[in-house]
Amino acid sequence: MKIAVLIKYVPEATASWRFADDRALDRDGVEGRLSELDEYAVEQAIRLAEAGAATEISYLTMGPPRAVDALRKALAMGGDRAVHVVDDALHGTDAAGTAAVLAAALRRIEADLIICGMASTDAEMSVLPVMVAERLQLPAVVNAAVLKVADGSLTVERDTEDATEEVVAPLPALVSVTDRSGEARYPSFKGIVAAKRKPVTTWSLADLEIPADRVGAGGAATEVLAVRPSPPREAGTVITDEGDAAARLADFLAANKLL
Amino acid sequence: MSTVLVLVHHDDGVIRKSSLELLTLARRLGDPAAVVHGDAGDALAEALGRHGVTTVYAIAPPDPESYRPAVEALALAQLAARTAPVAVLITSGPSGTEVAARLAVRLDGGIITDAVQVRAEAGGPVATQSVFAGAWLVEGRVRRGTPVITVRPNAVTPEPAAEPVTPQVERVELAEPVPAAVPRVVARRAKAATGRPELTEATVVVAGGRGVGSAEGFALIERLADELGAAVGASRAATDLTWCPHELQIGQTGKTVAPQLYLAGGISGAIQHRAGMQGSRTIVAINKDPKAPIFQIADFGVVGDVHTVLPALIDEIAKRRG
Ligand SMILES: Cc1cc2nc3c(=O)[nH]c(=O)nc-3n(C[C@H](O)[C@H](O)[C@H](O)COP(=O)(O)OP(=O)(O)OC[C@H]3O[C@@H](n4cnc5c(N)ncnc54)[C@H](O)[C@@H]3O)c2cc1C
Ligand SMILES: Nc1ncnc2c1ncn2[C@@H]1O[C@H](COP(=O)(O)O)[C@@H](O)[C@H]1O
Repeated sequence: MKIAVLIKYVPEATASWRFADDRALDRDGVEGRLSELDEYAVEQAIRLAEAGAATEISYLTMGPPRAVDALRKALAMGGDRAVHVVDDALHGTDAAGTAAVLAAALRRIEADLIICGMASTDAEMSVLPVMVAERLQLPAVVNAAVLKVADGSLTVERDTEDATEEVVAPLPALVSVTDRSGEARYPSFKGIVAAKRKPVTTWSLADLEIPADRVGAGGAATEVLAVRPSPPREAGTVITDEGDAAARLADFLAANKLL
Repeated sequence: MSTVLVLVHHDDGVIRKSSLELLTLARRLGDPAAVVHGDAGDALAEALGRHGVTTVYAIAPPDPESYRPAVEALALAQLAARTAPVAVLITSGPSGTEVAARLAVRLDGGIITDAVQVRAEAGGPVATQSVFAGAWLVEGRVRRGTPVITVRPNAVTPEPAAEPVTPQVERVELAEPVPAAVPRVVARRAKAATGRPELTEATVVVAGGRGVGSAEGFALIERLADELGAAVGASRAATDLTWCPHELQIGQTGKTVAPQLYLAGGISGAIQHRAGMQGSRTIVAINKDPKAPIFQIADFGVVGDVHTVLPALIDEIAKRRG
């Protein structure tokens, strides 16, 4: 079984994020990293390989040149090879365009199982996995907390809004995993050294035969009209409990008609 | 007026609050048409009519039952092709997002997720999103294909239409079979009923974090919640420590809530937690560390120990309510 893991290079959560003049997230001004939520996807793939269920792990990312750092980090954790889709025309691509690009790349990678994170920590849309699966006509199971593969099918345990479910899908399939699926490992020194020799292939839009008018800000199906900081919350009152905090808090709630 | 397709969920004919919110928004964009799974009984149709629904599309469930998000996406795609709606509105959350994502690909259009506001404009509906842990607001619109928009629960106050209407009910058979390779739910354990309001829909949420110290400490959070008729929430630290079930987690990898009142006890206010509660109208925090980041966004903060402040508050509220 061959696995492809979709990973994203995102700004550090602690960085101060801002929008660039073109109303896209300013990715140049901040430190980036492999999305913490995608580390769980990498971890699940490596565990499947360690258990003998997977024979090859490929990582796939679409992102700026620096996104190769995310691929290197994943390769240092484990796995075999990586593909980086990078093209100047991709700047400003929306979810629909990203899904088209990733699906085109995945057609060439030919994996039996595609593993994604539950959401990117920047866009936080949680739509890419399903959009990619729809394009590839694959079953998708999102938000797996436990993931098993046996006899050509995928079994997932997950929490939905109102239940805990066990869901089965035939392979090939796509799954996204949550941060409850199992702590991601740190790359070992040996792993970091080994990662340097693992192949990273670069694909352009031309390689994927994707017309440039379907991607970038110009090809996006959505457009951002305005961005603005949220109105600052009015400075609140902070009191120190001197035995009267409960009464004062109750007064506050009553004054705001919250009791 | 043009149609707005709204995916409506209901429990035995009682429309979910989040669906009523979608209908409230839909009326600002056009003529709401409700898409429901299974038969729409008279009571449901009448309730939908009170919320301005002119047409109810009742999706005939395929036999044998199939994967629900796949069925809903197929039905919505089919209805969108027929009615050319100005927008399709779906509630945010794992299953709604899954339906919306499949639908957007099928319609080859754009998708906007987790909107906190949607308004009509000449060039099509404009949606507002709250991003980067609530620090920024982004206004955007779909400019290709049918706009598919998911809306965060509690973003608007649900209101009935000024004039009730009597909707037409139409049964919709899927024109296309659900693909054979869809997931199959082989076991399902419904969450234990707590008698408390649903977390994402609640008007008041009381949430506990690592600072409550233990499962017994977390019980104080539950007692206060019950005193206020509130839903119970938690930080990831509290759910990871198994002081409460995982489904109560609020934040980036948990639920997003926007109640009238959010009361946090023993929660530091990490960015990932704030991402799920920053949209709350009023935020109250109790934390013994005056430097805890939660105080930066709190309307009312108490520097104090939850083990003394919470019991006193429960008594105080009980006393005032007499
Ligand atoms: C990718 C990723 C996703 C994440 N997603 C989420 C998420 O969805 N939701 C989430 O909540 N977290 C999430 N986290 C974790 C988050 O970063 C924090 O670790 C977590 O929110 C901390 O929970 P806490 O505030 O309960 O605990 P802590 O940060 O340990 O804070 C405990 C607080 O309690 C106070 N305290 C201690 N004792 C008392 C007392 N007796 N009385 C009063 N106050 C007291 C302390 O001063 C402290 O401020 C995520 C992290 C990552 C990396
Ligand atoms: N640019 C990208 N390259 C590779 N994978 C991605 C990219 N964007 C999103 N993904 C995958 O899709 C998941 C959900 O992303 P999102 O829909 O942006 O929240 C992520 O956790 C990744 O696994």
